[in-house]
Amino acid sequence: MGIPDVYSGEIVKLGDDINTDLIFPGKYILVLDPPEMRKHLLEGLGEEYHSRIKPGDIIVAGRNFGCGSSREQAASAIRAAGVPVVVAKSFARIFYRNAINAGLLVLTCPEAAEAAADREPITVDLKGGRIELPGGRAFRFPALPDFLMEIIEAGGLVAHGRKVVAARRARPEA
Amino acid sequence: MREMGADAPFEPEKLVVTVDHWTPAESARTANLHRGVRLFAQEHGLKHFYDVGEGICHQVFMENGHALPGQLIMGRDSHNTSHGAVNALSLPFGLTEVAYLLAVGSVWLRVPESVRIHLRGRLPRGVFAKDAILHVIGRVGADGCTYKSVEFEGDLIPALSISERFPFCNMAVEMGAKAGVMPFDKVTERYLKGRAKKRYRPIAPDPGARYENTFEFDVRGLTPVLSCPHTVDNVKPVEEVAGRTIHQAFLGSCTNARHDDLGEAARVLRGRRVHPDVRLMVAPSSRLEYLEADRRGYIRTLLEAGAMILNPGCGPCFGAHQGILADGEVCISSANRNFRGRMGNPRAEIYLASPATVAASAVKGEIADPRPLLRGR
Repeated sequence: MGIPDVYSGEIVKLGDDINTDLIFPGKYILVLDPPEMRKHLLEGLGEEYHSRIKPGDIIVAGRNFGCGSSREQAASAIRAAGVPVVVAKSFARIFYRNAINAGLLVLTCPEAAEAAADREPITVDLKGGRIELPGGRAFRFPALPDFLMEIIEAGGLVAHGRKVVAARRARPEA
Repeated sequence: MREMGADAPFEPEKLVVTVDHWTPAESARTANLHRGVRLFAQEHGLKHFYDVGEGICHQVFMENGHALPGQLIMGRDSHNTSHGAVNALSLPFGLTEVAYLLAVGSVWLRVPESVRIHLRGRLPRGVFAKDAILHVIGRVGADGCTYKSVEFEGDLIPALSISERFPFCNMAVEMGAKAGVMPFDKVTERYLKGRAKKRYRPIAPDPGARYENTFEFDVRGLTPVLSCPHTVDNVKPVEEVAGRTIHQAFLGSCTNARHDDLGEAARVLRGRRVHPDVRLMVAPSSRLEYLEADRRGYIRTLLEAGAMILNPGCGPCFGAHQGILADGEVCISSANRNFRGRMGNPRAEIYLASPATVAASAVKGEIADPRPLLRGR
């Protein structure tokens, strides 16, 4: 599948400890259809919050983004809204995994997250490992391990799983 | 799993399935989902399937001997860390990841750094395991142990039953932990006798094991505490928030709704009535715990005091289908999360506390210290 090397978009700035009940309230955990999921994105911040977010926007958040429940929609609803990247000071563990599995890029860059402002433009250079903000400010971020990038580039864990299962089938039993 | 191209789960004998969210079903959509799970279990001849009404997965899994020392347990819910109470390494995952495991039979894991939480002393009267873990989370912070394996140790632990060890491991995830593990000892051994489904091999740290951090706590000086709106780590002593009017009290969830938790609440409520302006809901965490609480007379005591008894399952804790709060209402709960909107209404507030504090507050109609109500009981 393959993904872009560079993402440019408008920042949606969020604070610290944005938890999964805010990102995707518990009463909707049976909603798995992307167009319906995106309607409840960040509903904890307001019922119409999702209308602030357009495809291509990049979420920039503080510490402990995605803390709380293991509900996958916290990550897949962000993806369903067309947001390709979340930059944060730090991520909660389960959300981090769910994001990779949903094909959502999760980049840890405290300096960029601190400097970013809501509605400003941002560019994420995946290949170069740089985040650019207006005024020539640039920040480096650590690359994701290859095997995690493999999952994201495949389009998520379902697609990746399909490949693994098919490859296994093609091999003779050990 | 099917979307990934697998027809059947890998090693089905290792799979335990529980239908526990939104039980009994409140809508056709939910009922159809439950039915789908049931059919999956039948289709693949799953030996370990617990249907609607058996209880919350973490309780059911552990009480039926599926959680064993030294095991690596993958679970589809964030509170899967709970089984550290019986010395297992039990990790939470999202749903697609579990599907991948069913399809492929393996998963990638990053080996976490380890952190020690050292608990010294004995809990004072009227102060419980829940107070201790809330106190720890308040100090360590919601991301204080992110991605870490938390090992609990110290002379408090031998005095704790498995039920009391459970909230520590259960709420480790609220500090960001990947896992929370209790040591194996005679208490664990006794709990597992007659329950364990297979042989097991306990785990313990190597001598000279390296830890990134050690947090020290002396529980002797603790008082009852609460997590205050709207984060779990916003922990305050009961003295600071006592007097706050409450409208609903919830004694339920995987964290604190076993028969001993209900017993603590019953001890407070015996001969007393729930405040007329308060709704007290009690949901035992499993059918077995419900039966035990009934055998001991706790259910009758709670009912006579004015409580509503709900069936075991996951519902009010995450705002599913029962006990949703009205605008401006305040709920005190023995559950594990109090994020804004957690119980179904973002215009309500949630405090987390021990079962005794929940019961005392239900009697007074406001947040209340349980210790005076426990005197002489």
